[in-house]
Amino acid sequence: MRTVIFRSIAPYLTSLMVLFSIFVLLRGHNEPGGGFIGGLIAASALAIYGIACGVAPVRRAIYFHPMAIAAFGLFMSAMAGVLSVFASVPYMSGLWIYPVLFGVEIPLSSVLVFDVGVYLVVVGAISSIALALEERDRD
Amino acid sequence: MSASAPGTTFIVLMLPFLAALIAPWLTRRLGHNAAWALALAPAAIFIHFLGFSAEVAGGGIVTGGFQWVPSYNVSFSWLIDGLSLTFALLISGIGALIILYSGGYLKGHDQLGRFFSFMLLFMGAMLGVVISDSFLMLFVYWELTSITSFLLIGFDHSREASRRAAIQALVVTGGGGLALLAGLLVIWNITGVSQVSLLLNYGDELRGSPFYLLALLLVLGGAFSKSAQFPLHFWLPNAMEAPTPVSAYLHSATMVKAGVYLLMRLNPVLGDTVWWETILPVFGGATLIVGTLLAIRQTDLKLMLAYTTVSSLGLLVMLTGFGSDYAISAAVLYLVAHSLFKGGLFMVAGLIDHEAGTRDVTKLGGLRKAMPVTFVAALAAAISMAGLPPFLGFLAKEEIYYALWATDPWSLAFVAVAVVGNGLMFVIGFAVALKPFLGPKVKTPKHAHEGPVLLWLGPLTLGVAALVAALISPVTHRFISSPMASAIAGQPETVTISVIPHMGPALILSLVTIAFGVIAYRMLDRLRAGMAWLLAAIGWGPDRGFDQFISGAVRLSVAVTRLVQPGRLDIYMTVTFLMIAAALIGPMAWYGEWPAMPVWPEDAQFHELVVAAIVLIGLVAVIYARDRLTAIVSLGIQGFAVALIFMLFGAPDLSFTQFMVETLAVVILALVMTRLKLHASDHRPTLQKVVDMSVAIACGGGFMLYLMAVTQQPFNTALSDFFAAYSKIVAHGANVVNVIIVDFRGTDTLGEIAVVMVTGLAILSLIRIRTPRATVADNDPDRRPGKGPAQGREVS
Amino acid sequence: MEPILAILVGALFTVAIYLFLSKHVIRILMGAAILGNAVNLLIFTAGRVTREVPPIIPGDADALTGAAANPLPQALILTAIVISFSFFAFLLVLGYRAFQELETDSSDDMRVAEPVGDKTPPSGY
Repeated sequence: MRTVIFRSIAPYLTSLMVLFSIFVLLRGHNEPGGGFIGGLIAASALAIYGIACGVAPVRRAIYFHPMAIAAFGLFMSAMAGVLSVFASVPYMSGLWIYPVLFGVEIPLSSVLVFDVGVYLVVVGAISSIALALEERDRD
Repeated sequence: MSASAPGTTFIVLMLPFLAALIAPWLTRRLGHNAAWALALAPAAIFIHFLGFSAEVAGGGIVTGGFQWVPSYNVSFSWLIDGLSLTFALLISGIGALIILYSGGYLKGHDQLGRFFSFMLLFMGAMLGVVISDSFLMLFVYWELTSITSFLLIGFDHSREASRRAAIQALVVTGGGGLALLAGLLVIWNITGVSQVSLLLNYGDELRGSPFYLLALLLVLGGAFSKSAQFPLHFWLPNAMEAPTPVSAYLHSATMVKAGVYLLMRLNPVLGDTVWWETILPVFGGATLIVGTLLAIRQTDLKLMLAYTTVSSLGLLVMLTGFGSDYAISAAVLYLVAHSLFKGGLFMVAGLIDHEAGTRDVTKLGGLRKAMPVTFVAALAAAISMAGLPPFLGFLAKEEIYYALWATDPWSLAFVAVAVVGNGLMFVIGFAVALKPFLGPKVKTPKHAHEGPVLLWLGPLTLGVAALVAALISPVTHRFISSPMASAIAGQPETVTISVIPHMGPALILSLVTIAFGVIAYRMLDRLRAGMAWLLAAIGWGPDRGFDQFISGAVRLSVAVTRLVQPGRLDIYMTVTFLMIAAALIGPMAWYGEWPAMPVWPEDAQFHELVVAAIVLIGLVAVIYARDRLTAIVSLGIQGFAVALIFMLFGAPDLSFTQFMVETLAVVILALVMTRLKLHASDHRPTLQKVVDMSVAIACGGGFMLYLMAVTQQPFNTALSDFFAAYSKIVAHGANVVNVIIVDFRGTDTLGEIAVVMVTGLAILSLIRIRTPRATVADNDPDRRPGKGPAQGREVS
Repeated sequence: MEPILAILVGALFTVAIYLFLSKHVIRILMGAAILGNAVNLLIFTAGRVTREVPPIIPGDADALTGAAANPLPQALILTAIVISFSFFAFLLVLGYRAFQELETDSSDDMRVAEPVGDKTPPSGY
């Protein structure tokens, strides 16, 4: 699998896929997409990078341990629900704010925070599995 | 009266449990002297209940409580009348003395705190049994006494005999408790009331019900097992494996009387029928005779007492069964007297054991000089047990003979039983109280001398109590006997007997009993030898039967386990899928609701059919693939085709997800497969293939038919309409699927991503943990030579 | 279209179960992968199918109007796909580790938890 061509394009391919995954994540509320799909795309990107260039560069590139990313995502999702405490509404009620940045109205919500958490859990858990399996290749 | 406030009574009922909670801590601080502090709890209970005696003696009944589970009409409520009050006083009064005695008996034992805890727990449970008004509460406390009894019998759990006795007691009394529960439920069903105080008005209804006999037999199952009636008596002597304070308290004075209590409590509603008046006297009489005969055989002081406890319980059941006014007063007097003298004698036996180092009656003698106080206490208890004046036991025995005496053969038979039983109890009582003390001094394992105050205070107090109660019998009757007899009979009763003997058949029978007892006492050794020979000749008893029952149960469960869990995954799978197929097809066949023959969908488009065909091809290829790689690729093909189906039918989200997942699945499957050196294909014998295929087709066909049947029904769109209507207005999202996932059903999703996360963790640990190969095939930790479990695994 | 999908679901279940009944762990794994698809398609079909129109509210509307796919089964399946994948990965690693430790991929030879000729339990107390 580790042909020169594959190894050369893999980093670019991975970056593109990760970017695309974030795009899919953010548009998910109104168009097809969302945390699960985005997370899977990003995880596949990392898996491809791992197959092409080995696992160590991937681990260096994402800096955190994948399971730590997943754990942070889970925490984030749970906390997104807790936010509703401050608005005195039941757990997990969606909350929305519309700050205007550079003249553009940006809808932000606790739901988005939740979806990003989902994304991180899926990226972390799935890529951790894939990387762990790829790592076993060499022993 | 402040003492009768409901809150106070509730606190008092909880007091033993609270004391049990602090007992270990207190014992660590104070050592065995914690007994003095802990005895305050039962003493306070005793005083609290004493406060009710004036009201109860005046014919009053105190009830109280609160709703527990209102939706099921279950309440936490109590009923204090003559019967429960007497029991409560006995439990708390003797309880206080026993706690003190335990402190002396187990002085220096490293588990003393735990022992106190169990004892107090038991006390709370037993108090609950006698004070409960609601059936459910009665049952809960009833089983709690079985459990605490189990813990106490098994207190010395390093000995097998102790463990066996504990399990035996739990099986017999716990099983009886279940019978009791069933009986109470039957009664509840017949009468519609779940409280003892209300039940008392439903006696005729209950006796007239066709289910009366069922209810009676179930209740008797509970009462007879708890009160050790023949042939379920065997657990009680074995329970003597417990430390002596336990034997004195649970297995003579209180717990074993719970069955008798129950019979007395239900006498007004279940009694006065032919069944009641036949079953109870017959079993009670048999227990009385068997118990005394077996007691003669024993040489261990505790076992001698244990068997006479069995016979005393038989006597009580017998008297309760007769149900006449005199029989009930006799039962009341005997019950109180028995608690006092038997508790005392057990404590004496423990005291002798503690000081002399043995409780074998043939190895004891001449202790009267060394242990004078103990001797006095023993003598007082024995006189009461033998039924000699001026102790309470005498009153009881006089009343028994009054009650039984009649000239018809049925009554005469029971008179004979009572005379023989009482005579033999006379023998045992004096054998325990005299043999160790009189005669020449015998060398004992320990140099005997008088025990500490903690040990002799209990038996002496009980002896004095039995004497005083008899001497001031009018007071005793007014506050104890008459109210209790009234409660048992269900109508006002007055007990009048006093220490002054009356001329009449009862006195003559008493004299006969004493004469018989004296003769038997002189022949005790020969009687014992005779019984030993007889028992050896019979060679089988319920005790052996219990062992056979248990080993049979173990063998049965082993056989059943081997049958249903043969350890073959394919068998489990086959059975599981057959069940699923039956669950799918069975109802359709049963109700004849097969789906209608589907019509060919005219609108089916060519490309859709092609995709469906690809799925089928992929599936077939997975099965027939010659090598693993082909199988994996085919697996991917059917997965992608399913993704296409999602795409074609308006589910782009699903489609993308499925594409990604199938890609990843194929990749990791390939990663793993390349490392496994496996045979290329599946080897199943043809027969196996046929069977497997039939099961698979039955199951798959079931799903197909089921799905067809479902889709032919009209569709309820209420939920989907809700999401479609509110997705944008309420949740500000246009992609309804995503809004459902992250907003409407967000908590679900949170759980799901937690699952993903946990799976990831599990996989990581699976990959990293390595077990040394030698230990894998052997999961028995004892057979790993020189390897602790800590060394058994290492992290790579 | 539902009858065709129903037949397809039946076929998926049949093959998955046939693979499950194999003694070889790898084939059981493949069965698990197919079973996930079978169940997802079952839920999907039970929610009725509509061609090509995804349940996305058009920009100018406030609610989903007209014929669109049923969003509820899709939401259920979307999470189910991801979970069944992680479950599949877990099974795969479990099977792989079992093969490494026990040197067999046949479920008949995997008898660590339920050994052949297991001892009878002790008869004492």
